[in-house]
Amino acid sequence: MVAISKIATGNGHGEDSPYFDGWKAYETNPFHPIDRPDGVIQMGLAENQLCFNFIKKWVMEHPEASLCSAEGVNKFEETALFQDYHGMPEFREAVAKFMGKVRGDRVKFDPDRIVMSGGATGAHEMVAFCLADPGEAFLVPTPYYPGFDRDLRWRTGVELVPVVCESSNNFKITRAALEAAYEKAKEANLRVKGLLITNPSNPLGTILDRDTLKGIVKFINEKNIHLIGDEIYAATVFMEPEFVSISEIIEEVECNRDLIHIVYSLSKDMGFPGFRVGIVYSYNDAVVSCARKMSSFGLVSSQTQHLIATMLSDDDFVDSFIVESKEQLFKRHKYFTLSLSQVGIGSLKSNAGLFIWMDLRKLLKEKTFDAEMDLWRVIINEVKLNVSPGSSFHCDEPGWFRVCFANMDDNTMEVALLRITTFMHKHNEAMVPRKLCRRASLKLSLSRRRDDFMSQNMMSPHSPIPQSPLVRART
Amino acid sequence: MAIEIEKPSSVRLSKVAISKTHGEDSPYFAGWKAYDENPYDEIHNQSGVIQMGLAENQVSFDLLEKYLEEHHEVSSWGKGAPGFRENALFQDYHGLKSFRQAMANFMEQIRGGKAKFDPDRIVLTAGATAANELLTFILADPGDALLVPTPYYPGFDRDLRWRTGVKIVPIHCNSSNNFQITPEALEAAYQSAESMDLKVRGILITNPSNPLGSTIQSSVLNDILDFAAHKNIHLVSDEIYSGSTFSPSEFVSIAEILRNRNYKDAERVHIVYSLSKDLGLPGFRVGTIYSYNDDVVTTARRMSSFTLISSQTQHLLACMLSNHEFTQNYIKTNRERLNKRYDMIIQGLKKAGIECLKGNAGLFCWMNLSPLLNEPTRQGELELWNIILNQVKLNISPGSSCHCSEPGWFRVCFANMSEQTLRVALQRIHKFMEQRKVCSVNQ
Repeated sequence: MVAISKIATGNGHGEDSPYFDGWKAYETNPFHPIDRPDGVIQMGLAENQLCFNFIKKWVMEHPEASLCSAEGVNKFEETALFQDYHGMPEFREAVAKFMGKVRGDRVKFDPDRIVMSGGATGAHEMVAFCLADPGEAFLVPTPYYPGFDRDLRWRTGVELVPVVCESSNNFKITRAALEAAYEKAKEANLRVKGLLITNPSNPLGTILDRDTLKGIVKFINEKNIHLIGDEIYAATVFMEPEFVSISEIIEEVECNRDLIHIVYSLSKDMGFPGFRVGIVYSYNDAVVSCARKMSSFGLVSSQTQHLIATMLSDDDFVDSFIVESKEQLFKRHKYFTLSLSQVGIGSLKSNAGLFIWMDLRKLLKEKTFDAEMDLWRVIINEVKLNVSPGSSFHCDEPGWFRVCFANMDDNTMEVALLRITTFMHKHNEAMVPRKLCRRASLKLSLSRRRDDFMSQNMMSPHSPIPQSPLVRART
Repeated sequence: MAIEIEKPSSVRLSKVAISKTHGEDSPYFAGWKAYDENPYDEIHNQSGVIQMGLAENQVSFDLLEKYLEEHHEVSSWGKGAPGFRENALFQDYHGLKSFRQAMANFMEQIRGGKAKFDPDRIVLTAGATAANELLTFILADPGDALLVPTPYYPGFDRDLRWRTGVKIVPIHCNSSNNFQITPEALEAAYQSAESMDLKVRGILITNPSNPLGSTIQSSVLNDILDFAAHKNIHLVSDEIYSGSTFSPSEFVSIAEILRNRNYKDAERVHIVYSLSKDLGLPGFRVGTIYSYNDDVVTTARRMSSFTLISSQTQHLLACMLSNHEFTQNYIKTNRERLNKRYDMIIQGLKKAGIECLKGNAGLFCWMNLSPLLNEPTRQGELELWNIILNQVKLNISPGSSCHCSEPGWFRVCFANMSEQTLRVALQRIHKFMEQRKVCSVNQ
């Protein structure tokens, strides 16, 4: 048997995580409204599918954006030959402009600092290769996107040290948490090279407030470590408060700009994950130069650069798209969270992203990750929804689940909600067994709990289901 | 309160970032700079530098454009773009099944049906650049070595070594036997690696060869595979020029060798392919890894997440390459045109008194200018190269940048320009050679 490398035989690919188990359940039995009405509904995939009609209309009205059309084929040869890792100037300009518009034109981006990569996946790996040696570490606030374990560590040999954030303060990134993580790294003899923040957050769906951002910038400058801002969800901020980008903060506070790097992509904001448009934007010239060379390993197809350049230089389209997208996300988010709260399910208050951070702590039989896994299995196998368990995001507290809401049409959303509602009703009924009468120690009366569940106007972000020994008894 | 920032020594980037293993300081790239600063143009800049250092295939674009004009609705997303959404969302690292099927068929057609390819063994990457790096990550650990016959494509220094930490140990080939790879050379390279305490994990061959422009013979392929089996190491065959052989019968793929031995030793064999050369689409970033080893396929697929092919491009090419009539005609016509170009440049160089290695494939010829060297050294070669770049105004690639152990050889590309431009280039070479004759006569 001829051997392969350690990287290849290890499990750094990360696919043994439950994050992917749910996908497997989905793949073996995917929901289809007609062919498989009892199939698993995919709510574990953060895709933005709400604006395709809007985009398609543009595509049909602009055949010149496609090299295959009669209007576009005259550009075929020069585009097909273009493999310069600087990227097409029109592409970089259009992306820089788009990034600015998404930030309300409060900052300008320099097209010459835009470096391409194979999606944000490729961008993160590339940044890790540029900034850290094998064995060095990045700090990452929890909960975080499971893919980071692979993207930042697998082939690079870089380590991740969690900055533990807690539900008690809505998972804020505090100075104390940052310092604790930094210390922990030091104790483990790991040299910290950078801090990676995702803003807007995956999986929380929240944005970082100005003070937190300033605090973070202060922290990294003091420790002289890099700051990588993953802003791939920047255009999905559908509600106040307004998004504040790292690029804005560095205009407001003292900062060594050589430490600042942004990862961007069109996979979430535009809903084009298949096109593999990843971007590294660095304020550090040496990093731009190095990343550019490395981008040879993951350039954006020139055919796609051409399409995107044409699309994103259409100012009218871009302006209306940004507005339309926010509107659709806002509507969907509002409907989803409202419907959930009506059956007693709360989630972290959020204003961005393609998902909510659902709070099912009260449904756990015990406050353990095993119980979270049990609940998750029930959701996949009985309720037939693929949602992502908080543990796969390294959340330090069990009971949270990321649930995506923008990757399906209205009908499927209805089916998903119906299943959730049915499940909760069954669950709530089961919470009222005759045994209850014998429990003299119970403080809450039966009828009052029932009223709580059935209330139509429940807007509380917290689940009204009381912590009850009966929850344990049921399961 | 503003933070006091004494300007720190800028925080160090990684060792990989600081290293020079990206290879861009090589003369291979310096010539490109000269070209970029003063590029030849048939109309606007007739005295500019002619780019003969870039192995691109521009001879068959009309065939591709014709296809698009006749099938534009199929290859864009169809009338009303119903497939747009699905295509834009498709990020599965298995790749579009129709595209993999089309690639497998295309690879079979190129080999005249003498080998079969299973679409499920095809892993997609953004270009052969990514494919070669990815395979290296899978086959070798940092500090290990791959054996590569010289002369070789300068990009390998970056692709195989830069981020992987793997080393290249050359298998020295020379002109005495037309740069063929011999069992002795293989063994010598292996020993050389061992003496440096390097663990050899595999051999990487390029067939047809870049920069030689020739195919590897069947018997040599068998020797190489036997050697790999004997040492229990991998064999990667980079076959990105397989569709650019001038005659279909002259190319033998490692896939055929395996088939002939009933796939014994197949688990150590991996093929790299791309559409950058054969189809002339380097901008589209279409690379593939074909492995006979299940673990390698699975791992490569996972790793391809860092470098997937745009689904938009997969869709276009799936349509194009599933059109059997189109591919048959393209392969045949492309070969004929490259052959014609090759004949043209060889004749032209011969008339100027320059010999080339006998070639039968690729987008370039391997020119022998050793008689013109002041001294038979790398220095002498670089001096000559400078003259050709700055006086004759042709960017050609010096053999030393390809790690050729014999000075005086140059790779000259002929398919990345119009026939007219090639004629101009040949005229310049002719004039240059004439002038040198006059000079040497006068001395």
